[in-house]
Amino acid sequence: MEALNIFVKSIFIDNMIFAYFLGMCSYLAVSKTVQTAVGLGFAVIFVLGITVPINYLLENFVLAEGALVWLDPSFATVDLSFLSFIMFIAVIASMVQLVEMIVEKFAPALYGALGIFLPLIAVNCAILGGSLFMQERQYTGIGDATVFGLGSGVGWLLAIVGIAAIREKIRYSNVPAPLRGLGITFIITGLMGIAFMAFMGIEL
Amino acid sequence: MSTETLEKEAVQDVAVPKEPLFSAKNKRLLTDPLDDDNPITVQVLGICSALAITVQVQQAVVMSLSVVFVMLFGNMIISVFRNVIPSRIRIIVQLVVVAALVILVNEILKAFLPDISERLSVFVGLIITNCIIMGRFEAFAMGNKVFPSALDGIGNAMGYAWILVAVAVAREVFGSGAISFPGVGQIKFVPEGFFEFGYMNNNLMILPPMALIVVGIIIWVQRARNRKLIEEN
Repeated sequence: MEALNIFVKSIFIDNMIFAYFLGMCSYLAVSKTVQTAVGLGFAVIFVLGITVPINYLLENFVLAEGALVWLDPSFATVDLSFLSFIMFIAVIASMVQLVEMIVEKFAPALYGALGIFLPLIAVNCAILGGSLFMQERQYTGIGDATVFGLGSGVGWLLAIVGIAAIREKIRYSNVPAPLRGLGITFIITGLMGIAFMAFMGIEL
Repeated sequence: MSTETLEKEAVQDVAVPKEPLFSAKNKRLLTDPLDDDNPITVQVLGICSALAITVQVQQAVVMSLSVVFVMLFGNMIISVFRNVIPSRIRIIVQLVVVAALVILVNEILKAFLPDISERLSVFVGLIITNCIIMGRFEAFAMGNKVFPSALDGIGNAMGYAWILVAVAVAREVFGSGAISFPGVGQIKFVPEGFFEFGYMNNNLMILPPMALIVVGIIIWVQRARNRKLIEEN
């Protein structure tokens, strides 16, 4: 039940886009058509689902205070958490590289669909944000952390596919000239965020 | 940002005759990002971390200063090493430079401004993936000398900063009717008399979605003034 709660919460209430504005750069740049938006959305789910659990292990067995006890009891006071930014971003960059190579080798069709988006993802704030929120919220177990990662990815996919669909339609509307493009996208995202706030407080 | 501007800026490195320290070109490096080439409203970079911390002016100011610091020194470091960084691994090198600077900022904030650092939570860390910084490294610092890179860094960071502070001022004034400054306390901007006539603080302004709408309005005003920025669709 706890896992389900985290999943729903990370999709709707703590949505990466609408509540924390993470991954906005690629959200705005790649949301012109639904097809590419879906591709990038799945790539984000994929990478978040891999990097959050890996960074969870890194955090709990290497970086956090006393996490190195499994090596030697005298390490109980060692606190490496100041290194977490650099370690997380290194894990993310190398995982993205690795995933890209594996997908290219074993699933060329998937690579064709995701290929161009994968390198973009290394510097997507949503990915690093997922790991940093995981660290801040202290999930109790790798299962919960994975569920959180996947849920955040699904929430991101939902947001980008929604805005892409609206942007495809809004091309036929008469938007005031200075608002065209970026301006109206911001305002629509804000309105979508207000709509998503209706989910606030839901607990399963 | 479009690829043409990337290339245009990258070729600027061809040997230029000696020029004064603040030539017209160097001044443009500082002033362009404030309006015509603003990182947030025109290049659409760095929005990720920009919006979440604009509930209060003091948070926005601290965040802006952190970005100015990281941007200035990051651009200078990358520019110094631009000829020795192998281009195949440049992204990793850039990430390491930013991450090191951000760790520095984070430790300083934790030591001297613990409560603001607490409220900024993960967003200081997210300066690492702030697209403005990576974008400027790629587009400018990798192809230009140290001094122009420093100016470009300050210019872009200031362009980011003024939007951040403007959004924060709008949200705090309409959201809570007063701006709180550290050490001074709250300064009221809405006269008491207004409340007697039924004026109410707009609590929606404090919630995250309004940041997007306020930025949308800033873009609207800017493009209405500066019509060459208007997009086709």
